[in-house]
Amino acid sequence: MGKVLEKEAFGLAAKDESGILSPFSFSRRETGEKDVRFKVLFCGICHTDLSMAKNEWGFTTYPLVPGHEIVGVVTEVGAKVTKFNVGDKVGVGYMAGSCRSCDSCSDGEENYCPKMVLTSGAKDFDDTMTHGGYSDHMVCAEDFIIRIPDNLPLDGAAPLLCAGVTVYSPMKYHGLDKPGMHIGVVGLGGLGHVAVKFAKAMGTKVTVISTSERKRDEAVNRLGADAFLVSRDPKQMEDAMGTMDGIIDTVSATHPLLPLLGLLKNKGKLVMVGAPAEPLELPVMPLIFGRKMVVGSMVGSIKETQEMVDLAGKHNVTADIELISADYVNTAMERLAKGDVKYRFVIDVANTMKPTP
Amino acid sequence: MHHSLEIITLHKPQSLTQTKTETETMAKSPETEHPNKVFGWGARDKSGVLSPFHFSRRDNGENDVTVKILFCGVCHTDLHTIKNDWGYTYYPVVPGHEIVGIATKVGKNVTKFKEGDRVGVGVITGSCQSCESCDQDLENYCPQMSFTYNAIGSDGTKNYGGYSENIVVDQRFVLRFPENLPSDSGAPLLCAGITVYSPMKYYGMTEAGKHLGVAGLGGLGHVAVKIGKAFGLKVTVISSSSKKEEEAINHLGADSFLVTTDPQKMKAAIGTMDYIIDTISAVHALYPLLGLLKVNGKLIALGLPEKPLELPMFPLVLGRKMVGGSDVGGLKETQEMLDFCAKHNITADIELIKMDEINSAMERLAKSDVRYRFVIDVANSLSPP
Repeated sequence: MGKVLEKEAFGLAAKDESGILSPFSFSRRETGEKDVRFKVLFCGICHTDLSMAKNEWGFTTYPLVPGHEIVGVVTEVGAKVTKFNVGDKVGVGYMAGSCRSCDSCSDGEENYCPKMVLTSGAKDFDDTMTHGGYSDHMVCAEDFIIRIPDNLPLDGAAPLLCAGVTVYSPMKYHGLDKPGMHIGVVGLGGLGHVAVKFAKAMGTKVTVISTSERKRDEAVNRLGADAFLVSRDPKQMEDAMGTMDGIIDTVSATHPLLPLLGLLKNKGKLVMVGAPAEPLELPVMPLIFGRKMVVGSMVGSIKETQEMVDLAGKHNVTADIELISADYVNTAMERLAKGDVKYRFVIDVANTMKPTP
Repeated sequence: MHHSLEIITLHKPQSLTQTKTETETMAKSPETEHPNKVFGWGARDKSGVLSPFHFSRRDNGENDVTVKILFCGVCHTDLHTIKNDWGYTYYPVVPGHEIVGIATKVGKNVTKFKEGDRVGVGVITGSCQSCESCDQDLENYCPQMSFTYNAIGSDGTKNYGGYSENIVVDQRFVLRFPENLPSDSGAPLLCAGITVYSPMKYYGMTEAGKHLGVAGLGGLGHVAVKIGKAFGLKVTVISSSSKKEEEAINHLGADSFLVTTDPQKMKAAIGTMDYIIDTISAVHALYPLLGLLKVNGKLIALGLPEKPLELPMFPLVLGRKMVGGSDVGGLKETQEMLDFCAKHNITADIELIKMDEINSAMERLAKSDVRYRFVIDVANSLSPP
């Protein structure tokens, strides 16, 4: 029943819940008529990769080749591919496929398709497991390929394919992209720092909300945030009450929502993109008395991803990265677990990923 | 208690925390602080027991309308307030904010009403009238907004509500009661009606043919079913027991009924609703309700539980779903709602009671034993001892 996979590939895979990655050889399908095949140059490390490698969410199938912030150069296109040519700079994000026929797919919201196929660690429609971008090359349906603008450095562009669209999509969908609006960003990590950059590119005023003073200088002087708010300082929080149109909450740990709801103006929106595993406490009164809302969002559609990357090209927005070699990945994962990175690790795949000995 | 007080002082209008003014006016008794003696029923402590209470009201000012009260609905908020469930009741309190009556006096600047008009007074009787929210007819979101009862009004004295003979209100906060709306069964619309109508409009939950879930079938819930049907929605009532199923379908007009304790039926209903109006006032699980929503679905929380709810993140994130809130409505919208209900013959299902039956009514309300709103026949049963 499963498709025969013809082309050899190599990369790094997690083989058990320790999450430790080691060299792994596998196969990918031939380039189908609607497929694009590309050599991977860079792949970003998303916190999701760490969670999946360690089976934190309980649905990991091993061996798992992570990686969904992938950029590279096209090496082959199928006969019916119209949008890409050999030599194009392209990328793939969190999704590699969807059913193409449900309401979500018809509305151009593939990321919400119940049969959406993850780029890494999911069962594809041909019954094979998808393997992600910690590998030498990828083959993917044309519809899920993103063109990378020429002027963007590829290493800094890679994290946009997940982190970038994850913050961009809800900012657009909920109308938090209007110049002059005041947007709060909670958490200054992979998602948070990109949210600051996009919010500034959209012309909004940005306040970073963090649990400690530590990152103030970074946030304001380097990332361009307009203000910095320490959530553990009651006076600072009180002064900022009712001042924000929207808040992008990127924090993946359990944390209180009440103070964040207080920062919103009436009609304000609290966007949850970090996904704490445990339910959070939701005080209903602030929602009711200020007609406020809490919304969730997950990555973005292909259309939004392309739009986001084009906006990034226009405003020279890239992620702040630490480029690493393939054999540093496990150390990088340990540091990521402690939040010790400014602000995304990116694997220099083409130069450092070696075939399995 | 402290937790809820913290929430209240962060988010309630200033009028409720003006303890200094409260201390000043406490020097005068409720009976003597204003020129006109009034009789009503009030609660004096958190036992919540209501009993005859003598107080006073101001003279009818140039912008005021004096309303002789005919009927007053009993809202669950009245119960929460008399028992100090939310920690900010200033006793003695006279509840009641679903008031229908007759205008007996109108001030010289009053243009919208004349003596003899049938009028309504709802949840709000004061606001600053000059901020952005007030300019947009959203008095309910004005930071200086004052409630009809248990709040400090714009004259710095405590407001007393509709469990009383009459009330004096600035014309901006008085509503014209449409001719074909009965006074008794129309009264609950002034809170229950606007509380569900406003978010349905604001959050775009009125597209004919879409599927609305109504969680909880009490005062708010039963009105939500009727208003939902009037918008052309398919309506499913979501309840923890099958007790109210026949009522919901045959009498209220719901299209279907979902019992949350039936796992099979809940599973079959996953991802089928565009919107949910959640009227449940006790702490309850959001997770199963969020599962019922389609992608991009909206859940509006209107009940005011004493404690926070648990919000699971994954359903929200994976389905781009939303949990929002709403607080009654502005006066313009309340009038719009009354006219809408009059047009569609929507009234509340009520149980008419006498004033001296209020304490047993409150006990029954605490057990949700009412179909679906008590309304006090004030004019015919409120008599000074």
